[in-house]
Amino acid sequence: MADETVNQGIPAPEGASDIIETDYEIGQDNIETRIGPFRLDIHNPVFVVSAVMVVLFVGLALIAPEWSRDTFLAIRNYVKSQFDWFFLMSANLFVVFALILIVTPWGSVRLGGSEARPDYSYPAWFAMLFAAGMGIGLMFFGVLEPVYYFGTPWGDQPLGGELGIVDGVVADAAQVEAARQMAMAATIFHWGLHPWAIYAIVALALALFSYNKGLPLTLRSAFYPLLGERVWGFWGNAIDTIAAFATLFGLATSLGFGATQVASGLTEVFGSGSAEDGTRNFMGFLWGNADASNDSSVLLVLIIAFITAIALISVVRGLDGGVKVLSEINMGLAALLLVFVFIAGPSIAILGDFFGGLAAYAREIVPLSNPVGREDTGFLHGWTTFYWAWWISWSPFVGMFIARVSRGRTVREFVVCVLLIPSLVCVFWMATFGGTAISQVIAGATDSGVFQNVIAAYKPEISLFAMLGELPLASITSVLAVVLVIIFFVTSSDSGSLVIDTITAGGKVDAPVSQRIFWCIFEGAVAAVLLLGAAGTAGLDSLQAMVISTGLFFTAVLLVMCFAIFRGLMTERREMK
Amino acid sequence: MFSKIMVPVDLAHAASLDRALTCAAGLAGQYGAEIVYVGVTAQTPGSVAHTPAEYKSKLADFAAGQSGQHGITATSHMVESHDPAVDMDKALLKAVADTGADLVVMQSHKPGLSDYIFEGHGPYLSQHAKASVMLVRD
Repeated sequence: MADETVNQGIPAPEGASDIIETDYEIGQDNIETRIGPFRLDIHNPVFVVSAVMVVLFVGLALIAPEWSRDTFLAIRNYVKSQFDWFFLMSANLFVVFALILIVTPWGSVRLGGSEARPDYSYPAWFAMLFAAGMGIGLMFFGVLEPVYYFGTPWGDQPLGGELGIVDGVVADAAQVEAARQMAMAATIFHWGLHPWAIYAIVALALALFSYNKGLPLTLRSAFYPLLGERVWGFWGNAIDTIAAFATLFGLATSLGFGATQVASGLTEVFGSGSAEDGTRNFMGFLWGNADASNDSSVLLVLIIAFITAIALISVVRGLDGGVKVLSEINMGLAALLLVFVFIAGPSIAILGDFFGGLAAYAREIVPLSNPVGREDTGFLHGWTTFYWAWWISWSPFVGMFIARVSRGRTVREFVVCVLLIPSLVCVFWMATFGGTAISQVIAGATDSGVFQNVIAAYKPEISLFAMLGELPLASITSVLAVVLVIIFFVTSSDSGSLVIDTITAGGKVDAPVSQRIFWCIFEGAVAAVLLLGAAGTAGLDSLQAMVISTGLFFTAVLLVMCFAIFRGLMTERREMK
Repeated sequence: MFSKIMVPVDLAHAASLDRALTCAAGLAGQYGAEIVYVGVTAQTPGSVAHTPAEYKSKLADFAAGQSGQHGITATSHMVESHDPAVDMDKALLKAVADTGADLVVMQSHKPGLSDYIFEGHGPYLSQHAKASVMLVRD
């Protein structure tokens, strides 16, 4: 009987389609010991080297804040401007590669072998991958980015029409419509297929080599087709160490900046006093004043401690009892806010932004993703390359986490659900929040709160609250928004702690709970120490710049992963229909 | 007195379970009971097995080895867990119900400082399982 693979014109799997035979035993490099009452099961040297590197870099940022900020920002800017073509072409390749996987016979390969079945329902699975993937960014950029593109000339050369607000009156209707479409297209470009393709590649490579090939759930396993047994040595250690290190700093610096957004939100909603007199405060902690030099870093540290404490409860309760539950609560609340803004906002205009934005995205995706001959270098380097480096430096964490919860899905189902559906949800989110805010700017021009906080003055952490402030029930929705920002940070922090723990335990997911507690507290402590240091947010700036610079390294890692996925799928059994 | 004895085993540290295994086998002989060895595994590759299927066959081999060594009737029962470091207690509790065991014999460490923070699996089972629980100190 001709088997299906022959009918499809694809050669039968070459070689063994089962687990990769290797003499390496998972955990053989691990140190199992006790420190006081706590058991440890850590990979040598990944755990120790990454922890020590984190301490050294934090020390550097504290001792020489000016030097480290200048240096890391210079590195980041160099990476962004010199390797723009590399980021853009690679990200394009990832999108094309992921889309190809959907339509080829490889799409029917099942993660975990043909007998495996998914354990998580679609809503639970989707909630987890979304909350880990970009939840917090949607809160921060949902209003900011569309309005910013709509209301300011981009970079050196505006791509779309400029919004000519002259004497408080918005320019002619055709120009406004063109600017609006371009604003949506550019935002969707940054939050649509490209970031999710980046996550999908990492997650798929890890899931394939772990569930189907039997290699440990760490980044290095995807390099097995390239490096063979050497992957257990220096190179593998280096890849895992840099992944753990980038994940920890990515989480810690986001947590630090997130604390400022939470503080602004709290002061916006519950604060008292006047910003002009320098007495604006939340429960006695000065915040949000015109002269920010007296703003309370104690408030930020308390917020970080609060977020870390909830994340701690979540990681101790585990994947099903903590992370999954919080992700579901999170998605429920986010959906509530989304539906509210859609109904309370200009629903017809939002639908117009959704469909019009998709059409503009389809039209502009090629010029926007083409690195050659661009004149809008301000936009290209300031936004697109920044985002690509950011998503990619974030991808080891998100990819590992998605892989962890995706066993039993077929490759096709996986790519559709990790690439296409989240992209569409992001488009709808951006159309709802951005579209509402843009409509407010058009209606109120320079008087609108969004205009004042995004275009007149650049206050990104206020933008969401400014938009909600012009809708009904603002006092309720603003509280909901603050709660959402907090929970989104918790869901990043707890899933991140699980991921770092797994990487630094050599791919073991059953390492003692005390280790994930260590990483969770360590993240919070790094953020707090950086904020309390003399440099304040300059310390966060410099280390975040460094994390984003690692995006260059991980872009190369992701290219190898595409090759690994290709090799891995070639030797897998495809499911019979 | 007992007809089915459940013995939770950690295949990665099977060598250190000697006292509990011997004790369980002795009780099984005395009461003519059957032993079911229970193992909890993650779905990701671990130090014992690359896949849950491989773990299952190793656990069955282990049960067969014990059966031959002690001359008892033995079966095995595998539980898959998403997060074994945390869900072990619940997984074992469910296994007691699923296997219908009326006695659990398991190895347990001497109580120490960490037990105030992380309760051991043995104490948890003895508090929550319907079956009798015997903790064998190592």
